[in-house]
Amino acid sequence: MTDIQPDLECRDLAKSFDDFQAVDRVNFEVPKGSFFSILGPSGCGKTTLLRMISGFQSPTSGDLRIKGRSMIGVPPNKRPVSMVFQHLALFPTMNIGDNVGFGLRQRGVGKAEIRKRVDEVLERVGLPGVSARRVDQLSGGQKQRVAIARCMVLEPDVLLLDEPLGALDLKLREHMKVELKSLQAAFNTTFVYITHDQSEALVMSDNIAVMNNGRFEQVGTPHDVYHRPGTAFVAGFVGDANSFNAKVTAVNGANISVATDAGVEMKIEAADAGLSVGQNAQVFLRPEAIKLVSSAADIGDSVNVSAGVVDSVLFNGANSSVTVRSTTGGLLKVALPQTGDYTALQKGDEVFTRWHPKQARCFQLAGGAR
Amino acid sequence: MKSDASRLGFYLLFAPILLWLVVLIILPHIGLFIVSISEKVGPRQYETGFGNYAAFFGEPLYWRTFARTAIMSIAATALTLVLGFPIAYYIAKLTRGRTKTTLFLMCMIPFWVSELVRTFGWMILLRETGVFSNALQSLGLVSGPVEMLYNDAAIMVGLVYTSILFMVVPLVTTLDSLDDSLIEAGYDLGGSSTSIMREIVIPHAMPGIVSGCIVVFMLSLGNYLTPILLGGKDSLWFTGMIYTQFITRFNWELGSAFGFLLLGLSSLVVFLGLKLSGQTLSQTMGRS
Repeated sequence: MTDIQPDLECRDLAKSFDDFQAVDRVNFEVPKGSFFSILGPSGCGKTTLLRMISGFQSPTSGDLRIKGRSMIGVPPNKRPVSMVFQHLALFPTMNIGDNVGFGLRQRGVGKAEIRKRVDEVLERVGLPGVSARRVDQLSGGQKQRVAIARCMVLEPDVLLLDEPLGALDLKLREHMKVELKSLQAAFNTTFVYITHDQSEALVMSDNIAVMNNGRFEQVGTPHDVYHRPGTAFVAGFVGDANSFNAKVTAVNGANISVATDAGVEMKIEAADAGLSVGQNAQVFLRPEAIKLVSSAADIGDSVNVSAGVVDSVLFNGANSSVTVRSTTGGLLKVALPQTGDYTALQKGDEVFTRWHPKQARCFQLAGGAR
Repeated sequence: MKSDASRLGFYLLFAPILLWLVVLIILPHIGLFIVSISEKVGPRQYETGFGNYAAFFGEPLYWRTFARTAIMSIAATALTLVLGFPIAYYIAKLTRGRTKTTLFLMCMIPFWVSELVRTFGWMILLRETGVFSNALQSLGLVSGPVEMLYNDAAIMVGLVYTSILFMVVPLVTTLDSLDDSLIEAGYDLGGSSTSIMREIVIPHAMPGIVSGCIVVFMLSLGNYLTPILLGGKDSLWFTGMIYTQFITRFNWELGSAFGFLLLGLSSLVVFLGLKLSGQTLSQTMGRS
């Protein structure tokens, strides 16, 4: 990574408004041609960060480099970045061709050349021959692609995307995720994508930065972020998880025993969790990591087994789950495998739950005490 | 039964506007038109004909004043647009919340005073013994008193001042509806301030510009007080001539003809303006 210049590089980038720290000393670099997502809840500072990269806001401190060139003090119209706005911001007074050609016209490219390049880029996004149409004659997904074409025709070093899928309906959003990813691969341009929708980030990204309160909690591949969350926030924010507050009762190398507030004993296998006996901890357990067993005979000698009653069945097609109320009173959300074994499961059925100690994530609770 | 009641409600609601149109606008205009095509041949003897219109074209003072009024009204409209657009842009796009309301209100405050009083205010400023003249003398820039009233420039100042609000209000409304992200997108795609103004802001504001221009043009063309008080005898305005025919000369026939010519002129200019800007009346007036 050291010999190749990253397309985008932020060093201790910070932005504060009066006494509110919107972005707090963020460090990251985005290698060329990769898809980088910034994932965070609303108000976490991701929009401010994006606006600093695009140049609409200037950082309070820190440095921002694009292709090694510092962008501090460079106005937005002089930066080699383009942005796809949240509501796309296609110019309603122009037709599609003029929209896409806007940037080229500003650069003083000749008319014939503009037409050629506009047609080319529209073809690449799969919309040949729409130049003469008005913006309101296109569907949501087509507008999306025009917005991307309008940026890509300028061949920017970095393309910024500000939650552009937010306004689309679910079906189209699913489709556009795949399409965006393939467009990114086709153009081989660095994409920086901000979103609060984890599935968008997980599906499309090469790397994800999870952001909270102006800081990056974790930067990693989607796989890492999902399966090896670095902090309690990431574990809770990315994906579904059952979370418990617990007290550490024993530490034996990587094997940790905790007792939840409800009094359930849990055994967790986690290296370098940095926990010691007596500390308060937060345990996260993914619904799909828990196995349902219907009879006591099938349990064997597993650990982390508890008996319970089905509290409710949440049918959601492939993402169906059940909540199990354990005998000790706690609720546990369990993903329902779609193998057909559990189609008869009903509210009130007695079941056993079990999970492997390696599947749970355990974090020291901030401050040590609640 | 129910539909009868709702129909009655519709007619009751519709009645005032219908009365307004028929009694106050259509009937008087029909009356005026009949008067305008009556030629006086003797005491209380009239013949139908276009002699009054012929009289207008035959007398250079009449049609020259007519053309002057038209050209100056167009110039006043253009000047109002040039002055009003930056004000509207500033209010709509560069200010927020309280400041916005305050500035908008400040545009409106002069209109709480009657037009007559406002025009007298300008006379106090511009007359020979007025504020500007005295200030220039005390600064030693001029040797004697300067008369700034009773010329075209004074009329222009008065017209722009009277009508600028009617330009600013529709412009603020349309500019307000311009999404900031469109301007940002323009910058992001490499646009300069001027090209964004030309390609994004002005096309978006076009309906507001046109509706503001129509209102200001009509107000200027039909204005009586400002041109008479500020222009005096050296700068004639066509409305002044209509007044003279009706009140001083008791020549209602010619006065009515003048009135119809003015109506025709304003319709023609508005029509041409709409054609040139590619807007329609429903687009521009329907919005605000």
